[in-house]
Amino acid sequence: MNKILEKTQLSAEVFRMTFEAPEIAQSRRAGQFIIIQLGGDYNERFPLTIADASVEKGTVTIIFQAVGESTHRLASLNVGDSLANVLGPLGNPSDTHKWGKVVCVGGGVGIAALHPIAQEMHWHGNQVKTIIGARTKDLLIMEKELAAVSDELIVCTDDGSYGRQGLVTAPLDEICKEWKPDCVIIVGPPVMMKFASLATKPYGIKTFVSLNTIMVDGTGMCGGCRCTVGGETKFVCVDGPDFDGHQVDWNNMLARLGEFKAQEKDHRCRIGLN
Amino acid sequence: MYKNPATLDHEARAIVDAYAGKSLSPKDKATIPVQDMPSQRSDRRIHNMEEVALGYTENEVRAEAMRCLQCKNKPCTEGCPVSIDIPAFIAEAAKGHYEDALSVINKSSLLPAICGRVCPQENQCQKFCTVGKINKSVDKSVAIGRIERYVADWCRDFDVEPIPEVAAPSGKKVCVVGTGPASISAAADLRKAGHAVVMFEALHKAGGVLSYGIPEFRLPKKIVAHELEKLVKMGVKVELNYLVGRTRTLRQLMDEDGYDAIFIGTGAGLPKFMHIPGENAVGVFSANEYLTRANLMKAYDVQNAATPMYPAKRVAVFGGGNVAMDSARMARRLGADVVDVIYRRTEEEMPARKEEVAHAKEEGITFRFLHNPVAVEYTQDKFQKVTGVRMIRCELGEPDASGRRSPVEIPGSEETVPYDAVIVAIGNSSNPLIKSTTPEIETNKRGNFIVNEETLETSIPGVFAGGDIVLGAATVILAMGQGRKAAKAINAYLATK
Repeated sequence: MNKILEKTQLSAEVFRMTFEAPEIAQSRRAGQFIIIQLGGDYNERFPLTIADASVEKGTVTIIFQAVGESTHRLASLNVGDSLANVLGPLGNPSDTHKWGKVVCVGGGVGIAALHPIAQEMHWHGNQVKTIIGARTKDLLIMEKELAAVSDELIVCTDDGSYGRQGLVTAPLDEICKEWKPDCVIIVGPPVMMKFASLATKPYGIKTFVSLNTIMVDGTGMCGGCRCTVGGETKFVCVDGPDFDGHQVDWNNMLARLGEFKAQEKDHRCRIGLN
Repeated sequence: MYKNPATLDHEARAIVDAYAGKSLSPKDKATIPVQDMPSQRSDRRIHNMEEVALGYTENEVRAEAMRCLQCKNKPCTEGCPVSIDIPAFIAEAAKGHYEDALSVINKSSLLPAICGRVCPQENQCQKFCTVGKINKSVDKSVAIGRIERYVADWCRDFDVEPIPEVAAPSGKKVCVVGTGPASISAAADLRKAGHAVVMFEALHKAGGVLSYGIPEFRLPKKIVAHELEKLVKMGVKVELNYLVGRTRTLRQLMDEDGYDAIFIGTGAGLPKFMHIPGENAVGVFSANEYLTRANLMKAYDVQNAATPMYPAKRVAVFGGGNVAMDSARMARRLGADVVDVIYRRTEEEMPARKEEVAHAKEEGITFRFLHNPVAVEYTQDKFQKVTGVRMIRCELGEPDASGRRSPVEIPGSEETVPYDAVIVAIGNSSNPLIKSTTPEIETNKRGNFIVNEETLETSIPGVFAGGDIVLGAATVILAMGQGRKAAKAINAYLATK
């Protein structure tokens, strides 16, 4: 089950992995995610977005950054190994249909999750402009894949080592002003999603963000993933992961993401990750 | 008063010896006191996850079984949701014939080791026990659950449990969605009838609430695993990491995957919150999340587990059911010095089992009865960490629809009590997943599946449901009873196909 067929290291910390998961490959739609648990009693469950899938081959592709204990352990697996437990597809698919003009915004490894959404938006006959950003050129992923499904692709790097220097918010603001898109979809680090949502707000453009909160089961049972949207409590796993970026209580979401920071740091020290 | 297990055994032995070889009159029986359950000392057990109730010794089980009057009309059996022939199994236990006792139980229940531990016997079999009636106290009824547990544990320890016989292949394929108590009992009865049975579990471990919810100190996970192994030995296939509604929809299972019938026992899987300010602050958990981290993910084992636990010295638990007790006692074991259970009615109305409340009190859990939380207070910085709970005092008013007197808030009685974590244990509503991907299945306004009361068939022919998904949050044994009832109806349904 879930045998790893391909593994590529995209940058110092980022990996692409393709594994067998025929049922997930068949059922998944853009915007959905999976939960992985690497076997045994003690490994944690963690969500990762689906970057790509092939119904014919029965495979699912993920792109992830090795940042914590579990993602490091995942990165240590090789072709021929198996992922002990993979559950999915989880969450509701993104609202992809013929909007007209769509802007897809991706940052960091969130670009991987953006790819299937941009792809579906393209298939639905939308005009798609895509903005992707990374800290530096080496961390930029999936540029070619996104170029293939976008009418225009803008690349930004924080350090100016590639494309435009600066954050994705600057070109996003320009596009909103000049092109007047019908819908904006943002997938990336939470702070980036917060500021990108703020950028589209003055223009009143429908803006979706794909939240990646702390999660245990991913099926609605634990409520650990809950966030505040428009003053109401929502579960990312069953109500999301896509929400109206103008309604999300970002400060609450960012605070909740930090819920276990202290323990994780302590654990990383004990297992010698840093 | 705490008595150590050796003393309890010694006292029981004196009783067994005194009556050895004699036939007991009802009067003799009445003189035998209820045998206390040996338990770990409270000051020790709050530092470990081991089971609190240690189980009877053989002397105690014999002494307790002797108390049964063997009533001809079997009122206890009437009180049992799965109608176990209780006097018959107790008669065997009194003779020391535990294998025979298990055979009697197994005719009605496959999970005595679990039910003996977690059933609310005081509201079921023991409530109707004649011995309790004579003594005018349900606490003095024959301790049926403790005897049941002994019988099941003895047979498991000596490896003499029979694996139920499976009929010749029927050629029919049935799937069971979920692996909790309703699903386990349904799967067993369906398999016995010769159908090919596949169980689907969303998590990476089977057992449902028995695995993720009920803590190790109340229900050791090795017992749950053992019961599930029995199903596998009978030929039931268990598919983990499979979320019906997402991995495959009900329609796909029926139309494309060739299942002749489906049983849905997915439970009440969506935690309720109180909708009060501050409920999404950092340090507020649903009981499901708190217990799942601790139980399923083994976060209590800080050295080994990758799943973290939120550190808290002062914990507030909202709610008054068994899950609230489990959460409070877990918090104590995870290092909280103060654990307050905040409940808006009085101890009398509290739905938790008396035994669990008593255990909680012994472990230093404190109760704030007649208090209702109105807000969770938290730091006004980027961390938004819980600092306390604002609560209001209540008094009891008129009885509500449930027959319990409803709490009425006393204006101006608000106070804020400092806490650094909050666990919300006010129940679960039904998980919307199957409904949202199979809209034609009928549900009531609470999201529970509407079923035919006799057959437990849903609005989709061939799809049956039982347990909490139908009942709303209930108990393990009621779920088991529904699983059996549905299996019977499914077997009848498949016989006509």
